[in-house]
Amino acid sequence: MESFSLILAIVVVTALAFDFTNGFHDTANAMATTISTGALKPKVAVAMSAVLNLVGAFLSVEVANTISKGLVDESGIRPEVIFAALVGAILWNLLTWLVGLPSSSSHALMGGLIGATIASAGAGAVHGDVLVTKVLIPAIAAPIVAGIAAMLATRLSYKLGAKRAEGKAAEKGYRAGQIASAGLVSLAHGTNDAQKTMGIITLALVAGGAVAPDSDPPVWVILSAGLAIALGTYLGGWRIIRTMGKGLTDLQPQQGFAAQTSAATVILASSHLGFSLSTTHSVSGSVMGAGLGRKGGVVRWSTATRMFVAWGLTLPAAALVGAVAEWVTGFGDWGTALVAVFLIASSAAIWVASRRGDVVDHTNVNDVDDSPAIEIAAPAGEVPLTATIPSPAEVTAKPSATAL
Amino acid sequence: MKIDWAALGSVFGVSLVITVAVVGVFTLGIVGLSRHERAVADGGSAAPAVAGAYACFAACAAVVAYGIYLIVA
Repeated sequence: MESFSLILAIVVVTALAFDFTNGFHDTANAMATTISTGALKPKVAVAMSAVLNLVGAFLSVEVANTISKGLVDESGIRPEVIFAALVGAILWNLLTWLVGLPSSSSHALMGGLIGATIASAGAGAVHGDVLVTKVLIPAIAAPIVAGIAAMLATRLSYKLGAKRAEGKAAEKGYRAGQIASAGLVSLAHGTNDAQKTMGIITLALVAGGAVAPDSDPPVWVILSAGLAIALGTYLGGWRIIRTMGKGLTDLQPQQGFAAQTSAATVILASSHLGFSLSTTHSVSGSVMGAGLGRKGGVVRWSTATRMFVAWGLTLPAAALVGAVAEWVTGFGDWGTALVAVFLIASSAAIWVASRRGDVVDHTNVNDVDDSPAIEIAAPAGEVPLTATIPSPAEVTAKPSATAL
Repeated sequence: MKIDWAALGSVFGVSLVITVAVVGVFTLGIVGLSRHERAVADGGSAAPAVAGAYACFAACAAVVAYGIYLIVA
């Protein structure tokens, strides 16, 4: 580690910052349903998820070792390219968090990498077919697969349990079931996403000549990546949790359990069978499926549509920022410094914007976001949720876009 | 470009079957516990229902254990 240059240090710090945003962006995946159905108190839920993410980070280094292989030509990649990619990914993660939309952190990272690589080495260095098979198809397949599974499971659960699964025992049972499946999702997230950062840092270290090619991530990389994602998870992306747990549909415990089980199954089955599906997309799909599976259940398609738009924009938007950042770093050290300053300034601006108006945290994460928009004086619990459904998309979408 | 439809298809099939099976079996377990709860409230007991419920939960726990094994392996 003798040649640890400044740019390497910047890349490592930026990668850990991305890891942190990844953590709080994806807390919702594991814990939104558990929090919205009341199975766990918000703070307890994020703490549990954080610990499991940390544990997951130590379980294997397989994902870290395969990251970045395939999508871009990794030979001759410079640390600046990785830095630019991370800038794109972080900014997109923060922006989607500000508007409270779940989107794939992996897609943001891939988008950043693709954009930075194109700016650095031309479009030829990106493997377009890998882009389709690893990004596009999974993005469409994940919510459909998870959604259908969750919908059928929810239907079955209501059919089997009708009038027979009630009372204290049922309540306790569903609680335990939700906690177990949410825990599984957290653990899988830790092994997957913390390792992506480890892979990125290791790639940068190799590119910068600090470690030998083909080496496993050093221990300090594993430790810091695990801690960064756990810390991010613990802080909780409450805005996204609210959208996923309450915004898309209203979940009862049975539905929460079916949704989380479906998501955990899809994530594990897909990574095991070699067709990796995005965690975020799977969970969103399963939540909507569970919403449709209950009689009288509704999905708020205006919120869902905004989410789909964010999914579609994730990769190109992160790619664009990554490309511009890479172009600016090309001007030399002052260019890199400029990008770093820009990243810090825009992150700070997004944070300031998030403190204005409706601040979402663990105390109000379950309050339905459109209740102020329709101006109903009744207590929050009594807001007639169905009243927001038939209203035109603009009415619900516009106020909540700012309120979130 | 080669899209691995077979892998995608098997992900779909496996996910569907496992999700529905786990949720179904788990719900049966909860139905068993609820029956026991009602029986106790009426002053009786429903031992077979409890045994069945625990068998269901054990099956679900086995699936979760296999899931953890997949994550670790």
